[in-house]
Amino acid sequence: MKQNKTGENTEGLRVGVFICDCGSNIAGHLDCAEVTKYAADLPGVVFTKENLYTCSEAGISEIQNAIRENNLNRVVVASCSPRTHHPLFASSCAQAGMNPYLFEMVNIRDQCSWVHMGQRDIATAKAKDLVRMGVAKSTALEPQKDIESSVIRKILVIGGGIAGLSAAEALAGMGLEVLLVEKEERCGGLMLGLNVLETGKSAAGQVSDLAATVAATSGVTVHTASRVIEISGYIGNFRVVIETPAGKVEDTVGCIVVACGAVPLVEEGLFGYNGKDVITQMELEQRLASGSFKAARVVMIQCAGARNATREYCSRICCATAVKNAMIIKRKYPLAEVHVLYRDMQMYGDEKEQMLWDARGMGIKFHVFDQKKPPRVGDGKVTFQHAVLGETKEFTVDLTVLSTPLVARPESSQVAALMRVPCDKNGFFLEAHAKLRPLDFAADGIFVCGSARYPVTSVEARTQGLGVASRIGAILFKEKLVKSGIVAEIDQETCVGCMGCLNVCPYEAIIFNRETGVCEVKEILCKGCGNCASTCPSHSAVLRGYKPEQLLAQIRAI
Amino acid sequence: MLDVGRHPNIELMAYSEVEQVEGSAGCFKVRVRRKARYVDEAKCTGCGACREKCPTDVLDMYNEGHSTRKAIYSWFAQGIPSTHTIDPDHCRVLQGKKCGVCQKRCEAGAIDFEQKDKIVELDIGAIIVATGYTVFDPGKIPEYRYKDLPNVVTAVEFERFLSASGPTHGHIDRPSDILARREIAELEKEESRLQKTLARYEEKAGASSQSVFEAFAAETAPPEQQQWMEKYREYLPLTEKLAALRSKAEGFTTAKRLAFIQCVGSRDLRFYPFCSGFCCMHSIKEAIIAHEHENATTSVIFGMDIRAVGKGFDEYKVRGGNKSNITYRRSRVAEIVNGPNNNPVLVYEDTQLQKVVREDFDLVILATACAPNEGMKEMAAILGIELNRFGFFKTRPENPLDTTREGIFVCGCAHSPMDIPESVAQASSAASRAVQTVTVTPAKLLKIS
Ligand SMILES: Cc1cc2nc3c(=O)[nH]c(=O)nc-3n(C[C@H](O)[C@H](O)[C@H](O)COP(=O)(O)OP(=O)(O)OC[C@H]3O[C@@H](n4cnc5c(N)ncnc54)[C@H](O)[C@@H]3O)c2cc1C
Ligand SMILES: Cc1cc2nc3c(=O)[nH]c(=O)nc-3n(C[C@H](O)[C@H](O)[C@H](O)COP(=O)(O)OP(=O)(O)OC[C@H]3O[C@@H](n4cnc5c(N)ncnc54)[C@H](O)[C@@H]3O)c2cc1C
Ligand code: SF4
Ligand code: SF4
Ligand code: SF4
Ligand code: SF4
Ligand code: SF4
Repeated sequence: MKQNKTGENTEGLRVGVFICDCGSNIAGHLDCAEVTKYAADLPGVVFTKENLYTCSEAGISEIQNAIRENNLNRVVVASCSPRTHHPLFASSCAQAGMNPYLFEMVNIRDQCSWVHMGQRDIATAKAKDLVRMGVAKSTALEPQKDIESSVIRKILVIGGGIAGLSAAEALAGMGLEVLLVEKEERCGGLMLGLNVLETGKSAAGQVSDLAATVAATSGVTVHTASRVIEISGYIGNFRVVIETPAGKVEDTVGCIVVACGAVPLVEEGLFGYNGKDVITQMELEQRLASGSFKAARVVMIQCAGARNATREYCSRICCATAVKNAMIIKRKYPLAEVHVLYRDMQMYGDEKEQMLWDARGMGIKFHVFDQKKPPRVGDGKVTFQHAVLGETKEFTVDLTVLSTPLVARPESSQVAALMRVPCDKNGFFLEAHAKLRPLDFAADGIFVCGSARYPVTSVEARTQGLGVASRIGAILFKEKLVKSGIVAEIDQETCVGCMGCLNVCPYEAIIFNRETGVCEVKEILCKGCGNCASTCPSHSAVLRGYKPEQLLAQIRAI
Repeated sequence: MLDVGRHPNIELMAYSEVEQVEGSAGCFKVRVRRKARYVDEAKCTGCGACREKCPTDVLDMYNEGHSTRKAIYSWFAQGIPSTHTIDPDHCRVLQGKKCGVCQKRCEAGAIDFEQKDKIVELDIGAIIVATGYTVFDPGKIPEYRYKDLPNVVTAVEFERFLSASGPTHGHIDRPSDILARREIAELEKEESRLQKTLARYEEKAGASSQSVFEAFAAETAPPEQQQWMEKYREYLPLTEKLAALRSKAEGFTTAKRLAFIQCVGSRDLRFYPFCSGFCCMHSIKEAIIAHEHENATTSVIFGMDIRAVGKGFDEYKVRGGNKSNITYRRSRVAEIVNGPNNNPVLVYEDTQLQKVVREDFDLVILATACAPNEGMKEMAAILGIELNRFGFFKTRPENPLDTTREGIFVCGCAHSPMDIPESVAQASSAASRAVQTVTVTPAKLLKIS
């Protein structure tokens, strides 16, 4: 028997065709027996079989037996949707010794029995056409190999706030190595500068304890006062360069976590901000912590610099911060007057709403204002129009506290550029999918957690930090990364180096080789979308398994 | 869902319940009851042939009872696994009667009326509790009259109305109109039955019912026509009623003026003091989708605060106001009363004008609270963990996924009310805590030795 390089039987084409009844789902609406008979006479077909359910255990073993007994080197299944069933059939073929890339699937359920329900003849005729096309394409298919790459079980964490520290703690707890890079002298992030949390515990204390635990964990290397200056490579194998006080450090890691946080907005002139009697919540925290707080009449203004035309988003944490600090003041100085001027009190969930009940119970006053008529601050007074009662109110104050939003750190765009990951219009990192993949980037192997993504409380930041650890574990616990061999290739002889493909590739999988003057595909990054193949003017870029001659074979069979 | 179903490292045990947990972190023994489906999971391919011919209709609770399903069913089309299940409370065979249609139809031979519950014992390293929430029953708030006003629905019901695969195929028909249409259909059946009977009499006597009726009224008709006339007397008011209903039904249109009432059962000391976190957003979402379906739709959202607190949420809220005819009204609705044409009328105070306003709508949607699931106490007892003061599983802020028992973690709405992105993020975190529990690290080995 003749064999080619990959061990395939090349002695002529031997196609097996399996037609599924899907119970009565398909057989009820078209004549499967006739389609099977028809398939038997198609060029290259040596075996046909009609199955009650091709996907059942019985159906699968019929395919596998047929491959072994009849030396099949192509299998075509005509049944339901490749989206749900292609992987099952292809891997079953592989188990029986056939190259899985020589398997082809035809959808006669959605495309025949469903859309032509009640028109048996039409449905049957169309099923024959589709099967003929599928067989024609299968004969043009070539064997492929899965693409494998190694993984390095080490993770780079950028940012040592509570999110990054939690990620490092969990990753180390799973037995993985961690490289944590913090730009400041100390890990801890914003929490180092806070007073106490709503639990009454010291924020700095909690985060410092965590930092100490992480630093002492074996497998974790912490670089403080350091920055990542270069990142290249791809999932499983990133090369990173870190600038540390002791010089440059180079290393390779398998995955990357972005946890570089956010900072509270400070804006001169905002509601008369002066850092003296008009301050931010952050400054209030510091005064409360150091004992320098002095005021008997306090007004807090919510959404200061947020939910407006420049910054449309709600910063999520400042309402709870205001309520927390109002309660701290009221608890310490029961006679103090504390007013909170707000648009919507964002006390979502169970514990926060309870805080709001408790705060009202303590005598803290909440007043709604309208965005169009913001409060005026000056001369020791705050004046505003009450949106519910419709009347103008004025308070004499000793201290005005602005609840300003968390904004993206100015350097986060540089961090984003290192990895070519996107940021949203507010400068926060943009995740792969807002609902279903909140911690992933679209780029493989890179993750985000904490306020770097969008403002969060410390509890949420910790939750997300722990969360990315399992996302990473799912990748790095594998022996090697295996991906589909359906990737693009570029013919080095005919490519003219126009870089048309490079611009349309959504996954940065194409590079321009300066030496040869043509483009190359990085197989490990390619997701097989086909954009490059349909763009290339010299037809040099093709997608394996979907090459022009393969698709033309299918189309010519119509 | 499909990915979970296909993952080689995940064994899905649907239609099953945990009954007992013994042991400790790293080596739990868990007893699971796999409830009898009366369908063999290994054989059933989910084709649905059985379902087509099952003669027994049951209210479909997936569509909140606004449509029916069969006694053999799958909860919803994309459900994983696709294995069908026989509802033992309704299936004729399991109720001791004759049928077995599904067994004849099933070509895979999957139906097994003899199937019994199975108990399985599992060795487990760590446990994640993700049992979610239940929606508050608004019937408990008498002033909103959920139980007796047909056009007051919950957000979950409305979600089904908006769905293309829902009971109204995505058209926002008013429940009062659906009821009227259903009544028309039933009366039509009755009408055609009576018409057939009358036709038989007419043929036999060679006279029209109406002429005999007139003769009867003039007492000139023979007494043996008594029975005929009784049928005719039934028939007359029925046709009148039908005609009236039909002409009313001609005026039926889809609901276009919607009102959403927020915090139904939430932020309310009579029921749940907490905020459910996601209902402001789902009301906005539903109002925007309703507007997409039908551009003339206007919505008013009645709430104390609009909690649009998530990435991109406030922007979404503002866009809803600018582009989807949504008005946000800061007010707590005092009462709903019935108005003409089954229109619910909301009674609330306009605080600025300081007067009581009555405003009528086509449909009112209640944003019901995210309540702790039923059976939380029992589940807590089985797992040996504690609940917090709100009725959810207790955790500490420093370790937000850990319950009060080592090796058991919680995520999603079983933890506290939260939306999908937060639930997903928490799920990853709980997984990470679970892996840490079962990973052997040098530090742990040191601790043991
Ligand atoms: C006034 C105020 C009060 C608050 N009160 C509370 C409260 O009571 N309870 C509560 O739960 N939460 C509170 N928070 C929120 C809390 O501070 C945040 O949730 C938390 O800090 C987020 O952690 P993080 O790790 O995501 O980010 P951060 O704390 O911002 O940490 C990010 C870290 O990354 C580092 N970094 C940034 N860029 C780089 C880079 N390029 N390379 C290396 N390192 C980098 C930073 O130096 C920093 O150490 C409050 C916030 C404010 C502003
Ligand atoms: C009308 C409405 C619209 C919404 N729209 C959105 C939206 O657009 N976007 C968004 O982000 N969020 C939305 N939400 C919120 C969303 O539903 C929740 O965030 C999400 O469902 C929480 O997921 P969960 O897995 O924690 O709980 P659940 O979805 O409740 O899942 C819990 C699961 O556990 C099972 N279970 C319960 N008890 C047991 C037991 N003892 N043994 C075994 N299994 C058990 C249940 O059967 C269920 O399958 C909406 C909510 C409502 C009410
Ligand atoms: S959390 Fe509160 S203060 Fe902060 S932006 Fe949102 S609504 Fe405004
Ligand atoms: S197939 Fe798609 S992902 Fe692959 S190189 Fe071409 S454009 Fe990039
Ligand atoms: S029980 Fe039989 S007929 Fe019903 S879905 Fe399963 S395989 Fe199909
Ligand atoms: S046996 Fe039960 S489930 Fe099956 S068709 Fe009859 S009523 Fe339906
Ligand atoms: S999310 Fe909105 S509707 Fe739901 S309880 Fe909170 S404030 Fe009320």
